[in-house]
Amino acid sequence: MLEVASIHSFYGKAHILDALSFSVARGEVVALLGRNGAGKSTTMKSVMQLVRPRAGSVIFEGRELVGLPAYRVAKAGLGYVPEDRRVFSDLTVLENLEVGRQPKRDGAPHWTVAQLFELFPNLAERRHNRGKHLSGGEQQMLTIARTLMGNPALLLLDEPSEGIAPVIVEQMARSIAMLKSEGLTVLLSEQNLHFARAVADRAVILEAGQKKFDGSFETLESRPEIRDAYLSV
Amino acid sequence: MAFLFALFLTGLANAAALFLVASGLSLIFGVTRIVNFAHGSFYMLGAFIGVTLMELLPGAVGFWGAILLTGLAVGLIGALVEIVVLRRIYRAPELFQLVATFGVILVIQDLALMIWGAEDRLGPRAPGLRGVWRIFGEPVPKFDIVLIAITPVILLALWYLITRTRLGILVRAATQDREMVGALGVNQAWLFTGVFALGSALAGWGGALQLPKGGANLLMDFNIIGAVFVVVVIGGMGSLPGAFIAAVLISVLNAFGVAFLPESTLVLMFVVMAAVLILRPYGLLGREETAGEHGQVGAPETPIRPYGPRGVALTVALLVLLAALPAFAEPFLLTLVVDITVFALFAASLHFILGTGGMVSFGHAAFFGGGAYAAALLVYHSETPMELAFLCAPLAAGVLALGIGWFCIRLSGVYFAMLTLAFSQLVWSLAFQWRSVTRGDDGLINIWPADWLNAPMPYYYLTLALGVGGILTLRHIIHAPFGYALRAGRDSPRQAEAMGINVGRVQLVAFALAGAMAGLAGGLFVFSKGSVFPTELEITKSFDALIVVFLGGVKTLAGGVVGASFMTSVEHWLTRLEYWRLVLGLVIIAVVILMPEGIVGTLKRLAGRLRPSTEEAPR
Amino acid sequence: MTEILRADTLRKSYDGFLAVDGVSFSVREGELKALIGPNGAGKSTCFNMLTGQLKPSSGEVFLRGARITGKRPREIWRLGVGRTFQITGTYASMSVAENVQMALISHHRRLFGFGARAWKLYRAEALDLLRSVALDDQADRPCSVLAYGDLKRLELAIALSHRPRLLLMDEPTAGMAPSARIDMMQLVADVVRDQGLSVLFTEHDMDVVFAHAHHIMVLNRGKLIADGNAEAVRNDPRVQEVYLGGGTLFKEARDA
Repeated sequence: MLEVASIHSFYGKAHILDALSFSVARGEVVALLGRNGAGKSTTMKSVMQLVRPRAGSVIFEGRELVGLPAYRVAKAGLGYVPEDRRVFSDLTVLENLEVGRQPKRDGAPHWTVAQLFELFPNLAERRHNRGKHLSGGEQQMLTIARTLMGNPALLLLDEPSEGIAPVIVEQMARSIAMLKSEGLTVLLSEQNLHFARAVADRAVILEAGQKKFDGSFETLESRPEIRDAYLSV
Repeated sequence: MAFLFALFLTGLANAAALFLVASGLSLIFGVTRIVNFAHGSFYMLGAFIGVTLMELLPGAVGFWGAILLTGLAVGLIGALVEIVVLRRIYRAPELFQLVATFGVILVIQDLALMIWGAEDRLGPRAPGLRGVWRIFGEPVPKFDIVLIAITPVILLALWYLITRTRLGILVRAATQDREMVGALGVNQAWLFTGVFALGSALAGWGGALQLPKGGANLLMDFNIIGAVFVVVVIGGMGSLPGAFIAAVLISVLNAFGVAFLPESTLVLMFVVMAAVLILRPYGLLGREETAGEHGQVGAPETPIRPYGPRGVALTVALLVLLAALPAFAEPFLLTLVVDITVFALFAASLHFILGTGGMVSFGHAAFFGGGAYAAALLVYHSETPMELAFLCAPLAAGVLALGIGWFCIRLSGVYFAMLTLAFSQLVWSLAFQWRSVTRGDDGLINIWPADWLNAPMPYYYLTLALGVGGILTLRHIIHAPFGYALRAGRDSPRQAEAMGINVGRVQLVAFALAGAMAGLAGGLFVFSKGSVFPTELEITKSFDALIVVFLGGVKTLAGGVVGASFMTSVEHWLTRLEYWRLVLGLVIIAVVILMPEGIVGTLKRLAGRLRPSTEEAPR
Repeated sequence: MTEILRADTLRKSYDGFLAVDGVSFSVREGELKALIGPNGAGKSTCFNMLTGQLKPSSGEVFLRGARITGKRPREIWRLGVGRTFQITGTYASMSVAENVQMALISHHRRLFGFGARAWKLYRAEALDLLRSVALDDQADRPCSVLAYGDLKRLELAIALSHRPRLLLMDEPTAGMAPSARIDMMQLVADVVRDQGLSVLFTEHDMDVVFAHAHHIMVLNRGKLIADGNAEAVRNDPRVQEVYLGGGTLFKEARDA
């Protein structure tokens, strides 16, 4: 479904992604792992074309994304949930959802506000609160719900467990499992190995913008040296 | 008491147009991050189109229908401008965007001249609302009451649009985080066009609504833009309620000013603005705005160096030629060279803060005209000897720049540009309104040099010595530690602060120095012409210098001088054309879009392509 | 060893959110100390309060016993503290040598000089500094054409130009190739040894941190959860949990 082939991305002169390739199959949940600074967020942004790769290609359902403006990428069926959440802080929960609303799409689950409130009950209670008055966990749920309003076929989740309370993290893991059962394909980036193992089918480990591992969590567990080299301290 | 209340109502009525124009400007800025200097032009178009439509459509229905249609028409024109010009430069540095909107001003000015002619149009009275109503015994025009009633309705309508509709939600979201809105699948290009059209339509409605109280003329664009900037700065950029409060505040204040201090109406609003800015630098309801996302004047250049031997030889040869000129040239040519030198010094002083300092000043005429007026006032009122008065030109301009700079330096980016423009309008309004001292637009005349200089040749040499001396001094300072510190503050203010450089103080000193040099140019100017008028302080004068620096190239040292020589030379035949503003405006827009490095920069790049070594080789 | 920098219960809150929550630590003379932690832990906020970029909501910072809380970056620099940025902030319109000369001009308080030619001032000193970071062969190139790793080294030379006693480095190897990272940190370690200066740095590359830092502090959710030598930090279960996540929490999520 998504085929990232040998992309190179830069911030100014800093070379962040170095010939990175990986793929995501339909219905799969793939976790991008690595320490902070490894290039996970840049990978997400490079798929979304918020950072334009200087070389390489990103093919989504047979279509080249590199060079498209971000809104066309979104219209093509990718939903992006940024790491720093970027809730519209002056807008209410309902208004935030409205910004994300897009027409129904074939081959992707269709979401309504009511369904999303069912998925994230906390948001329902706070529907008229402004984004800036939500807790970190609620903001995280809101960004996911906002992106789902666009009925994406592939969800890019950048560090969904970061900076939120453990009990919410647990809820988040359940929500992602739910999304998968609805038929959504998910690419998520994580630092929390246990969280990733709980929700994802496959792990891709990044270090200094290069892929160091690509395989199942079982394989990863059988090779603790990889975990020690790229994930733990 | 009743009289005061009537004054208050007049102020409220006047607030309508101001609020409409300011809210449009604010809205456009919020989403596109561009300060549309051409916003006054849409207001003017609104007035002209309104008059025309009102003549065509009869009766009360025709009158109000004409107003409605006017807004739609101006909105369409705005959309056209956005699609043709602005859409191409959203990623350009701030200066380029501002200059491009100035190009739009020029184009619209001449198009209006072509279509409606130079005659002022008187606005028709609103049908059925011709007389006055008596309120507590005081006559208040009926149309004023209608305007007072309409303004809150417009505010409410805008409020509804912004808070309750999908478009409004998208606009507010984009104001906070444009990129995220795009990532959620919203095509920003059309959102921007829509917002620009709406903002333009608001300005158009403002122009049409004020018709029964005023009319339409070709000066409206500049006359309102200063007040609109004041309103937006006081209210806070991007805040509709802020714009409303500030528009009411300024208009009411103005109404009282007209009644009690008629010579101070224009000054008054700037005093209020200064007071607000001291207390709240980002306006009553505004938030902190950062400088342009893509830099203010473009990516910094490669290291600059004084000219190598060839450059020095060329400069010396040019100077020798200029020094020998009186021996064989006609007086006409000497006058032209004096004009060029004065303008070149003025432009070089702007280039110093703009290019080297990265400070986009839109009010540099305040110091040119300020210097000219300082010298002229001394001569006119106290018969000060010319030599002394002349000396006071740069001094007074420098002190003025120190004062204005103190306010402006604390802000950056568009706020800096708007503030410098507003302050220059303050100085202009002093010269224009304080008739007992400045004689208003009659100007100060008979300001001639001392006897030993009062002939073409001696004055030519004085101008040459001081003008060239000033330009060379500025160039020298660019290469001195101070010039480096100034550049450091432009390239990376964060790093500069982290290495002990007080960026604000360096910028203030540079601003004052540039002001003094502009004042010197103003001093040379006033004694060469023998008179000075408020036109030397007008926005157009500031823009002249800005355009010259821009066309010459911001990033090249010679840019200002080359641009000024080019402009002054072509001005003589250009202004003979009937629609020279149209030509100039189109050229400016084309340069912004096609050759953003300016004339000198582009020539250099082309030359660099042809041969590997460049003109300004290291030592 | 005497302490050069001390932070005392630093706190910073934004809109009620506690980004840094009562952090205390000290840096000793001649020490190379790292501050690490996951994204959003509060490293940058903490760091910026030390350099004067941010004012703490409460708490104090002391430099050699003297209170420097809330001082501006330029004042802290004048007290003998050098710093480098995560994203380099060099002057693109100057040559490599001039970037260093600019710092020297500021150090010698000649910023308001109008006469001299700036590129002639302190050039020999600047070249010496560039030699110490192996950039002297590029001294006259425009800063804008340098490779990223060279820019980072130039920033180090700039930070060393006023002979600081303490160096604060924000992600000194961010954006560099892995091999260049080790070289860069080796350079810093050499400078620390040769000049006896102290360094506090934030870093995400664990190879760099564990290879060079004498002591390591770990920040998580605005709180300091560990402060000790490499071995102690590596074996701290709380640190492991921060980097790998809690172990038992998600069993049921799989089944859900």
